[in-house]
Amino acid sequence: MMHYFIGDLGHLFVITSFITSLVAFYSYFRATGISDLDKKKGWLVNGRLGFYTHAVAVVGICVTLFIIIANHYFEYYYAYDHSDKKLPVYYLISTFWNGQEGSFLLWMFWQAILGIVLINTNKFWEAPVMTVFAIVQAFLASMILGVVIPGLSVKIGSSPFILLREAMHEAPIFTAQPEFIPKDGNGLNPLLQNYWMVIHPPTLFLGFACTLVPFAFCMAGLWLKKYQDWIRPALPWALFGGAVLGLGILMGGYWAYETLNFGGYWNWDPVENAVYIPWLIMVASIHTMITYKNSETALKASIILVVSVFVLILYSTFLTRSGVLGEASVHSFTDLGLSGQLLVYLLFFLFAALVLMIIRWKEIPSSEKEASVYSREFWIFMGVTTLCLMGFQVLMPTSIPVWNKLIKLVGGNSNLALPADQVAFYSKFQLWFAVVVALLSGIGQFFWWKKITLEKLKSELQGPILIALLLFAAIITIGRVYKIEYIVLTLAGVFTIVLNAKILFTLLKSSPSLSGGAVAHIGVGMILLGILFSAGYSKIVSLNNTGMLINRELTKEFNRDNLLLFINETRGMAGYDIEYKGERLEPRHHSGFINKTDIIRTANKDVVIAKNDILINGKKAFTAKDSIEILGENTYYEIELRKGDKKYTLHPRAQINPAMGGLLASPDIHRTATADIYTHVSSVMSPDEEIEWSKTEELPAQMGHEFYANDYVSVIESINRIYEVEGVQLADEDVAVKAKIKVKGEHGEYYAEPIFLIKNKMVARIPDEINDLGIRFTLMNINPEKNEFSIGINTRQKDWVVIKALEKPYINLLWIGTLVLMTGFIIAMTRRIREFRLMKAKGLE
Amino acid sequence: MKKSHILIIVVIAAAIAIIISTAGDASTYASFSDAYKMASNGNTNSIHVVGQLPKDHSGQVTGIEEGADKVSFSFIMIDENGKEQRVDYNQPIPADFTRSEKVVVVGHYAGDAFKAEKILLKCPSKYQEKKINV
Repeated sequence: MMHYFIGDLGHLFVITSFITSLVAFYSYFRATGISDLDKKKGWLVNGRLGFYTHAVAVVGICVTLFIIIANHYFEYYYAYDHSDKKLPVYYLISTFWNGQEGSFLLWMFWQAILGIVLINTNKFWEAPVMTVFAIVQAFLASMILGVVIPGLSVKIGSSPFILLREAMHEAPIFTAQPEFIPKDGNGLNPLLQNYWMVIHPPTLFLGFACTLVPFAFCMAGLWLKKYQDWIRPALPWALFGGAVLGLGILMGGYWAYETLNFGGYWNWDPVENAVYIPWLIMVASIHTMITYKNSETALKASIILVVSVFVLILYSTFLTRSGVLGEASVHSFTDLGLSGQLLVYLLFFLFAALVLMIIRWKEIPSSEKEASVYSREFWIFMGVTTLCLMGFQVLMPTSIPVWNKLIKLVGGNSNLALPADQVAFYSKFQLWFAVVVALLSGIGQFFWWKKITLEKLKSELQGPILIALLLFAAIITIGRVYKIEYIVLTLAGVFTIVLNAKILFTLLKSSPSLSGGAVAHIGVGMILLGILFSAGYSKIVSLNNTGMLINRELTKEFNRDNLLLFINETRGMAGYDIEYKGERLEPRHHSGFINKTDIIRTANKDVVIAKNDILINGKKAFTAKDSIEILGENTYYEIELRKGDKKYTLHPRAQINPAMGGLLASPDIHRTATADIYTHVSSVMSPDEEIEWSKTEELPAQMGHEFYANDYVSVIESINRIYEVEGVQLADEDVAVKAKIKVKGEHGEYYAEPIFLIKNKMVARIPDEINDLGIRFTLMNINPEKNEFSIGINTRQKDWVVIKALEKPYINLLWIGTLVLMTGFIIAMTRRIREFRLMKAKGLE
Repeated sequence: MKKSHILIIVVIAAAIAIIISTAGDASTYASFSDAYKMASNGNTNSIHVVGQLPKDHSGQVTGIEEGADKVSFSFIMIDENGKEQRVDYNQPIPADFTRSEKVVVVGHYAGDAFKAEKILLKCPSKYQEKKINV
């Protein structure tokens, strides 16, 4: 049955949210411009009413869309295209923002929340700030409107509530059967079925939403000619945004590191760059805003930067969603026909902000005095300049597809493409910028806290510099850093850590609430060192030292850098004993893994049947003959690492997915304090490949007497007549006999249970295989007169897997450093909120 | 000259340097014949070639040869001038490869074969895909 009501309700909410945002915009706009207090109050109430209704409508859209997804209403395109019935609830949530419409929705949701917070925390600023908020919300709501303007046949927005038959109106099934509902959806890309996909997008979009707040205050300040006052309420939000956006970027990197297989956390893909650039500029804007608060300089710079951040966010949205990146990026969205609308969105705010700035420019106060070299302003401004150049350097090449389009627009022809090796290209520039940033954040901090002369500076710096040099020497000796650019980066990183640590210690004694800056800069230093070691000194440890090629048809590099592991055979790698333990499957509703030899496959790839009782972590998880739901796409390869008496188990994953083409490998990571061992499979046994068995070797065997099967000691423990055989109908005169053969493998004992069958007076044999040993037993014949059995043995190549492992030294420094940086932001934010509250209590905000 | 002027000059110089380096290090889109000419002139820089995969009358992509163990493969690509060329790629077949409407290979000629270092795909937008599994 089609569920029309829920979709219509969703549409209604979308339209309501669009209209109410316009109402809120108009009311707040009037409220800002009017001086008559009573009328102002009236418009304010209207604006508030409009925005609250808008927020309710936005929540309504979210709830209806989620109901559609959660109830599997596949008559709706969004549910059909992004989800299926097997997804657990938490991935159904991530389905929500898997599509473009949903991610716009997420963005709107956060801004609606932030808007409500602002309404309730600001008196003076409410009307102008919310004017900006409301118009931004109107633009976003228009992206999911999905309304065709009559007469013009221009479609505005792409609605998440369209029916499948509307999206695929050419599919023949809908002409025959308009009420057709598919039984299951397309599902979520398995690579996105990861917990990071549940929390990474909300964090990132909260970061996006936060950039609007300083922008809105800045616009309000220019509008009302309160050129200086907007900074105080905007600053805590800028700090919060810096922390959240930074965290979002980090989560994306961590997700890539854990799940994708390009071996790193950052690939300089245009989609990644598009968020990195605004973040850098946001950090720069935070610095100029703080400078302004302390010394009344850099006001104009603050305005320019705050506007740039928001415009860059819009630009990044345009880049990743308009399809302009097209083939330049691996994971940008495809064009939903919104590119024109996105461009209008970008240009509207770019020009609105520019015009307002130009009109007011002359009136903005600026200090004429030249900053002294010994002033903190000078050093901060240098740092800000470096951050901006750093962003600019990434922006230029990332925009190459846009340049091409622009040149074509004016009639030229451009065939520029992104640099072929993006990682090398960006790294060689960003590294030096990072060095400058680190040095400046070390020195700058000293000027920050003390207005000092050259003499005093020298005596202040002596101690820390000495410590920094010692530490630096120790690190490059122990870490064997010999490359000149890495040596310089190490020095800069250590320098900023030590100098800021000194400041931190001084501050902790006197005024810990001011320590945000020092903490954040220590984080920056740690991040730089972490990146330097984990990326610069990442090395392949799975070296093939056997002297034997894995496969002659493959390249020299492949044969050198990969390790072929046979099941249950121990090899050495990077100081560990490494052993492949076999293929594992992942039960859908139970944690842990199931050994593939414990189950029987069924026609449905997502359901298997337990051969015997299955233990997971020593506890019985499934009983024999249970049918178990599994994640059919995924196969895990259990790899054991041993060092001394410590054992670690890794489960790198492969998705052999013919529809997706080839092998999709995801790594598993063994983490230690000093390095990660990052392991992924690089070649696996093909599941549909015919197994090549050796010729049958026939052996006579007696009950209880040992014999050798492919060099393994084996013995027939028992022979029993059985009355039921799986898959065979036994008649009264039929006979079935089952032998129980025990085999001693390298790691414990295995049992094979071949069956000998006389059915309709015909002999049939059902062999049994011991997967781990690569042996198949057949009960060939029974010779009662000699009390002897004839056992057939076939062997095959043992199960194998080819893995590649990389060591990533000190990568924890990067993760910890990022958390330290975030902590710094939060400390600073807390302080600025307190300031803001103080002023508010005085009735000044 | 004031310090701020020096700073401005330095910033402008840096910006120009960045722009020049962007243009200098950027790769280019080219055809197979251009790429071949470049390689025979001893230029081994990587370039981007845009093209399509040949399809037979039933819409199946032809000419894909999987390497042993699925970790490398080669395929035929037709560039925008219609030139056919076999491309070697030292990695598994990327997801959605056969469904892509456009393929971009980044790499260079080594002898008569084109060695791809990277493959980028342009997949048809989901809205254009009117197939549905009934």
